Amino acid sequence: MDLVRISEYSWEIPKSGQMRVPARIYASKRLIDLAGRDQTLQQAKNVACLPGIQRMSYVMPDAHQGYGFPIGGVAAFDLDEGIISPGGVGYDINCGVRLLRTDFKESDLVARKKELLAEIFKEVPAGVGKGGVTKLSSRVLKEILIKGARWAVEGGYGLAEDLDRTEEGGQMKEASCEFISERALERGIPQLGTLGAGNHFLEIQKVDEIYDEKVALAFGIEERDQILVMIHCGSRGLGHQIATDYIELMGNEFGFKDLPDRELINAPFKSRLGQQYYKSMCAAVNYAFANRQMIAHWVRSVFEKVMGEARGMRQIYDVCHNVAKVEKHTVNGQEKMLCVHRKGATRSFGPGRAEIPAVYRYVGQPVLIPGSMGTASYILAGTAEAEELSFSSTAHGAGRVMSRNEALRRFRGEQIREELAKKGIELKATSWKGVAEEAAAAYKDVDEVVKVSHETGLGKLVARLVPVGVMKG
Amino acid sequence: MALVADSGSAAQSWPGGPGFKKPMNKKIGNIDCVPILYEFLPHMADAKFRAYGHSLEEVLANAATALVSLMWAADRVRPIRKESIKVEASSLEQLTVKFLTEFLYLLDVKSFLLAKVESIQVEEAQKDGRKLYRLEAEVAGDSASPEYEIYGLVKAVTYNEMKIEKTDGLWLLEVVVDM
Repeated sequence: MDLVRISEYSWEIPKSGQMRVPARIYASKRLIDLAGRDQTLQQAKNVACLPGIQRMSYVMPDAHQGYGFPIGGVAAFDLDEGIISPGGVGYDINCGVRLLRTDFKESDLVARKKELLAEIFKEVPAGVGKGGVTKLSSRVLKEILIKGARWAVEGGYGLAEDLDRTEEGGQMKEASCEFISERALERGIPQLGTLGAGNHFLEIQKVDEIYDEKVALAFGIEERDQILVMIHCGSRGLGHQIATDYIELMGNEFGFKDLPDRELINAPFKSRLGQQYYKSMCAAVNYAFANRQMIAHWVRSVFEKVMGEARGMRQIYDVCHNVAKVEKHTVNGQEKMLCVHRKGATRSFGPGRAEIPAVYRYVGQPVLIPGSMGTASYILAGTAEAEELSFSSTAHGAGRVMSRNEALRRFRGEQIREELAKKGIELKATSWKGVAEEAAAAYKDVDEVVKVSHETGLGKLVARLVPVGVMKG
Repeated sequence: MALVADSGSAAQSWPGGPGFKKPMNKKIGNIDCVPILYEFLPHMADAKFRAYGHSLEEVLANAATALVSLMWAADRVRPIRKESIKVEASSLEQLTVKFLTEFLYLLDVKSFLLAKVESIQVEEAQKDGRKLYRLEAEVAGDSASPEYEIYGLVKAVTYNEMKIEKTDGLWLLEVVVDM
């Protein structure tokens, strides 16, 4: 495969064969070698063949092989000529990250850290096989699918200002429940307010390093050792089922004979099925916003109970990293609305964009990049350059480099807990085997991923966060 | 082809039940290998398995066991609750995705953990001039409880790299699942 190095951290696969546009990869030499070990680059080429694709098929620094689209893939499509693809969003619709700041310092927590984590573990259901704590009627579920985090706030879960500090205000307005299967709705009912398992986690973190004091301050990050809480989860079985359903429906209607990979299945954005998927996806996005809103509220309550107060606890931001959105971008010098797919990629709007909350508009949006369980996470700021580089997108995490079976062979959950304990990190988990699968050594170095993001200008470093307590579903 | 099951797979017991035959022993060179129902193949981010069977029904049942072994130890689940599964699909690939997705649905909605597939039939039919597969299965298991460890969650069953083949009377089914 032709792979041309354009600069230290950018690579291009020129147009060939069926490709309508080139593919552009942002990576260091080491990261691109890792991406070259699997199908990531071929998948980026496949995406470049889809109708209506604009500019380039982009690949973020943490990319790895996905289904159809690579994880870490960004592609924008013309609304009239282009498509929408469930495989370009991913099964876990609006998998995302919420970050809360506090006025606590690590020293305030020391004596109560264990208790705090134990209480969070009790209050926030992992919901694996048992569902959550809420018993919803299908009428209420539908209200949640339409209103998203707004429903949760109106119901007493959290503060109105949380909504301002959530992408889309915590509610995608195009959502509809009309085209969601009964099965998907059924799966949504018991799982609201649950974390799930796999790579999803909830961490109590502290600020380890601040790279940009001015921007950090704007985000509410003041000093080292300041305590934050990060929540990483998505739309659970409801989102997974919507993706599965629409891959089937689009396959039945449009077939997949011309596609190099069946999971690239898509529908014209403006077609009946394209719109039905988009509206259903928006509903799943809303469900995930409500989910994280409720979990954040329970975290706040636990701090109040254990620490006597949730001192200065405020939401910094909430980002989606598996989503398709209609956004305004510039192509060939002309502004136009596009359907931007970010699958394992985070929006990175720079200063001035109207979609960013007013309090952050002069510095760019907060970009939240979780590391693997127990390792560093990062806050970046969106940039103006990212518009030109990647339709305003950057990385979303670390990305695996070792299979689950390999991780299970090499690590034991209990041993990981001991190692974390030596570093002062408490760990609570529902399964030790699950912990072993998520061992940090099974993931890419997130430090290198964010370095590439910073150096290329996809998103600028603001602060590094390290965990002090980890809950894994 | 290595016919030694990956150590990461938990459940290796033969599901048994009516209509099942034990899979044949495999010979590689002059080495006799143990009969296996499924094995895990290398996959970086998610999980990929290959199930074997003498019939389409058997290979699907074994794929179900492979799937749930990523989440719990099926051989430790008491088969005391029954559930019925009915799915229709226009291709074998779609049938595989829909059948296996049923176990994710049963977990989420009914807190059901599969122990074994007790019976399974697939019929071929025609509908509006198109081929149609109808699957009916009876499955046994138990309700999720602290007694059973759930160590992983499969998000979805994908079409990615799916392979379904029949050679020399042996069915082979490869599936990648999103974790």
